[in-house]
Amino acid sequence: MAQVALRNIVKTFDKTPAVQGIDLDIADREFIVLVGPSGCGKSTTLRMIAGLEEATSGEIYIGDQLVNDVPPKDRDIAMVFQNYALYPHMTVFENMSFGLRLKKFPKAEIKERVQGAARILDITELLDRRPKQLSGGQRQRVAMGRAIVRNPKVFLFDEPLSNLDAKLRVQMRTEIKKIHQKVTTTTVYVTHDQVEAMTLADRVVIMNAGRIDQIGSPHEVYHTPKTQFVAGFIGSPTMNMLPCRLVENGSGLTIRLSDWLSLPVPPSRVARYRARVGSELTFGLRPEHIIEGRGDVPPGAAAFEAPLDVVEPMGMETMVYFIVDGVEVCGRVNPAAAGRVGESMRLVADLNQMHLIDPRTQMVI
Amino acid sequence: MTTATADAPAGHTTGIRYGSISRGRRRTLYWSYFFLILFVIFFLTPPVYMFITSLKSSAEISAASNPWWVYNPTLSNYADLLTQKTYLIFFRNSVVVSLCVVTITMLISVLAAFSLARMKFWGSATLATGVFLAYLIPDTLVFIPLFKTFAFIHDKTGIELINHWWVLIILLPTLTVPFCTWIMIGYFASIPKELDEAALIDGAGYIQMLTKIFIPVALPGIIAATIFCFTVSWANFLYPLAFTTSADQLTLPVGIVTTLIRGDVYAWGQIMTGALLGAAPPLIIYAFLMDYYIAGLTAGATKG
Repeated sequence: MAQVALRNIVKTFDKTPAVQGIDLDIADREFIVLVGPSGCGKSTTLRMIAGLEEATSGEIYIGDQLVNDVPPKDRDIAMVFQNYALYPHMTVFENMSFGLRLKKFPKAEIKERVQGAARILDITELLDRRPKQLSGGQRQRVAMGRAIVRNPKVFLFDEPLSNLDAKLRVQMRTEIKKIHQKVTTTTVYVTHDQVEAMTLADRVVIMNAGRIDQIGSPHEVYHTPKTQFVAGFIGSPTMNMLPCRLVENGSGLTIRLSDWLSLPVPPSRVARYRARVGSELTFGLRPEHIIEGRGDVPPGAAAFEAPLDVVEPMGMETMVYFIVDGVEVCGRVNPAAAGRVGESMRLVADLNQMHLIDPRTQMVI
Repeated sequence: MTTATADAPAGHTTGIRYGSISRGRRRTLYWSYFFLILFVIFFLTPPVYMFITSLKSSAEISAASNPWWVYNPTLSNYADLLTQKTYLIFFRNSVVVSLCVVTITMLISVLAAFSLARMKFWGSATLATGVFLAYLIPDTLVFIPLFKTFAFIHDKTGIELINHWWVLIILLPTLTVPFCTWIMIGYFASIPKELDEAALIDGAGYIQMLTKIFIPVALPGIIAATIFCFTVSWANFLYPLAFTTSADQLTLPVGIVTTLIRGDVYAWGQIMTGALLGAAPPLIIYAFLMDYYIAGLTAGATKG
């Protein structure tokens, strides 16, 4: 059990910067997910924690120890790879016990540990098989078992579910969460899938172009994104983003989205945005905050009519799309209330949930 | 598959085109068999002829009778050869040279290939290309410079390297090491990178990674390289011919030719017998290791 700390980590591959100055503190027993698009440096960061890549500059601490120059085997970590990386010529038991055998653990203890891990993962009956006799999900379990038996300070997962089919991925996601609840080891998990990040993490680290854009609980990064990138990356379908102009309207403020659509800023936000009056900004609102208009409009919300461009029934909800000045906007409405394509529909935008982004700095105001 | 789906409804409606797929398949098989049999005949005729001739006496070989039939089978050629001291010395020389060459080659090329394929160091890519280029140089081009080198060594140090069978143990790896290293680099490179990273995290050093992961996983490749190496050193003709002369220093291929052909007298029966017996060890080795040669042990290492 240990905390992990990264201090101003930089990694360049042949002058191409991969990671550009990362600071991150991971608490003991915490489940941290590094998430971002491919090429954002998340895997490189994980591999630097593992010791498979050397940091160009900066410091990495595991526990209280500076590990920059410590080889992977002495860092007391275990890693699960995307393609499992099981040793093909060894049985499951041998695969799981390989690390312990190299460290010359007594036979009885090896057996006990492997069987303990096998019980947690429900693979007791597979111990005599070879990797090629296993299904993808089983191989993934063995790969995790190999990590668990080592009883390391830190678990590192490098996109462990990307090779599984959609259904198994959801199943194994739950499984990983359960295992972490049982084993409670500090975990760093890399994924490009924001759903995985949201469901698994204690804290999500959103990376973009070699930098950390935001660190926060899933709730925080979803509801109070700090940058335009985070706002757009987290959430599916993605947040609606529209260019807008902030104008004064008596004592309040109005967001002018187009000639036919202007939305009032809720009174609670007026003070925050006052300084930006007159500037061109980006308005962000998640689809679930644009819903069908029924009866009274709640405080802070605004009703408007919009001609529907596309209607997508999803079962428990229906996505409606309309166009505002060339930009497609999505709303999530009750299937019973959804209008038809070409017709005008009354919608309500919950502006208490809106975001205003400065297009120059890309920061949420 | 496309034929299957396209033909099925047609077969149903007309009732005539039944089994057209299997007919096509059968025709393909006939042709395959035809060419395979042609190949087998082409390649097996010389050994069969050798075998037939080896059972004949000198008189019957020179007689104008059917060369494909043995009228008076005799084992005298075999008996003569196997009681002849020189033939047994050739055999021993060949066995010792080949075993040593295989051992030396595999030791060098597995270690070299592992470091060239996995331990990225300055100049490793250039070195790997160099290894390949070394393989492309034919031995017929090298033996004269080698001979000169040996003469030079003799002049300077007084160590005589010519006309000793054990010199082949130093010489033949110059042919086998480049090729074996090259195919082992290819084999090691096909092992997923994550496998050694996993081993590294599990606590293996480079030597353990090699012995516990790479060698077992690459075993089919190693065996293929071993077979190649054995065949090359067993059958090599040029180096023993150029570098050894005394009868007790020769290996089989050269020994048979130099001692069983005296002037223009060819002891055909013994030549054929000697060649046949000489071809036996590689054959036996192939037969035993063929399964390994084919087995794909790497399946299931990663998502397959």
